[in-house]
Amino acid sequence: MTTPAILVDNVTVHYGEVLALDAASLSLDPARICGLVGMNGSGKSTLFKVIMGMIKPDAGTVRINGQSPSRTRREGGIGYVPQSEDVDWQFPLSVRDVVMMGRYGHQGFTRRASKADRAAVDEALDRVELGSYAGRQIGQLSGGQKKRAFVARGIAQGATTMLLDEPFAGVDKRSEATITRLLRELAGDGCTILVSTHDLHALPQLCDEAVLLMHKVLMHGPPELVLQPENLAMAFGLDVLNRDTASSETKPHPGTQTRDGQPRDGQPANGGRQAV
Amino acid sequence: MELLFEPLTYDFMVRAIVTTALAAVVCAVLSCWLVLIGWSLMGDAVSHAVLPGVVLAYIVGAPFALGALVFALVAVTLIGVVRNTSRVKEDAAIGIVFSSLFALGLVLISVTPSQTDLNHIIFGNLLGVSVPDLIQVLVLGVVAFAILILKRRDLTLYAFDPTHAHAIGLSPKRLGALLLGLLALTSVVALQTVGVVLVVAMLIIPGATAYLLTDRFSRMLVIAPTVSAVCSIAGIYISYYLDTASGAMVVLTQGVVFALVYLFSPRQGLIGTRMAKARRRRTVAAA
Repeated sequence: MTTPAILVDNVTVHYGEVLALDAASLSLDPARICGLVGMNGSGKSTLFKVIMGMIKPDAGTVRINGQSPSRTRREGGIGYVPQSEDVDWQFPLSVRDVVMMGRYGHQGFTRRASKADRAAVDEALDRVELGSYAGRQIGQLSGGQKKRAFVARGIAQGATTMLLDEPFAGVDKRSEATITRLLRELAGDGCTILVSTHDLHALPQLCDEAVLLMHKVLMHGPPELVLQPENLAMAFGLDVLNRDTASSETKPHPGTQTRDGQPRDGQPANGGRQAV
Repeated sequence: MELLFEPLTYDFMVRAIVTTALAAVVCAVLSCWLVLIGWSLMGDAVSHAVLPGVVLAYIVGAPFALGALVFALVAVTLIGVVRNTSRVKEDAAIGIVFSSLFALGLVLISVTPSQTDLNHIIFGNLLGVSVPDLIQVLVLGVVAFAILILKRRDLTLYAFDPTHAHAIGLSPKRLGALLLGLLALTSVVALQTVGVVLVVAMLIIPGATAYLLTDRFSRMLVIAPTVSAVCSIAGIYISYYLDTASGAMVVLTQGVVFALVYLFSPRQGLIGTRMAKARRRRTVAAA
């Protein structure tokens, strides 16, 4: 048996009184793309944080390629693509600057870029087809390009495990296809990818397998099986494949707009919601 | 020319200018991160909260920086505790902690003999900077500046994406603590020149000004200290010739320059962007 790329074994996490993960277990083979599906508050981001070692579980263990998360982190093995709303898009950094941050783990005390670092960044930028956008301020990219810039950071880093938090939020269909193709390529190179998404329709094209999360892992299998209405009903308690219900399930976040209010590809980046 | 050189014939003016320029540069560099992280209020809090530390250090004869660091730590810890263990929100927690500590500092000053010296900490005493003061500011300033510049990429990463910092094996907590420590050090540097009350201006205005002028962090790190140093020296000259409070004049000059940039910056300015648009329209019409 191969060592699982991501192994989450009986992990329980509490935030005070609130139970976020309840003996959740998940084993993911290398070079697979796995979609993580669940309601808000089902523990998706907690699961990410546990895998990255940002939260120590109350019980259970996490192994990445057989090693502890902290060891993998130090080796630069974990790449993370944040949710759009967690990024300050006005931050005065260029696309190249952001991708270069993937190299910091490989650099010395002052993080001075070597020739090899610069080459790795150029290569990653070409890989995601953002080479000609390298000098742009990150907020000046379209929704899909923003995501690809962060994927490029993971590539430049040499990550073997990539975690993507809602990569399709605020991204139009064409960019969604581009990102899907890119992730499939990366998986083809041996990268293990875990994607949390609300976009259930995109799941079968993107993922080799899917996980249904509701504090526990309710189900783990091929996307077609996991997406069966009766299975989704377990996690969501209603028929989510119906579009209207699906969007009512997205983020009832106070003060932010729904996915439909976010900037789409092809629109000026400052035309929509901006992170403050 | 004579207007420029006449003040320099006085030693106290030379010391004032050197101290101010140094404090202005260090504060300005730090301010680039503070305005981007959204720590302006934290800067305000720490720069006030160090007062009792400085006074106690004065009483026992320890270095000011030590007392300041201890009380910066106390302030940040207390803010965290109040925020996390009660229903009080962060801005209220910051307000409560820093004003209380500041008040404690004022009380300590009022019961300490030789009040004149310590009152200068509150409003600054630019023209009364002694040689030992200058040396202390010089040492602290250079140390803070060197750390900020050497660690600038990590600090920027921390400001932009602490989760990624964690994911590649760095410690966001440690980087945050480093930045707070540097904030405390820098506050001590700036106390000398503009005093506790106005330090926060030097810790926010230059970074905010530079942020309106560029989309590159590396350029902010050049623009902010340059603008700040020029404003500060200009402020001292103005206060010399108009006979006004020097520390306050330094801050006022920075504020005026910010206002000009806010209005006329070609990238972000209120009027500047409109003027640039009109110019483009004229060019198009002419073609």
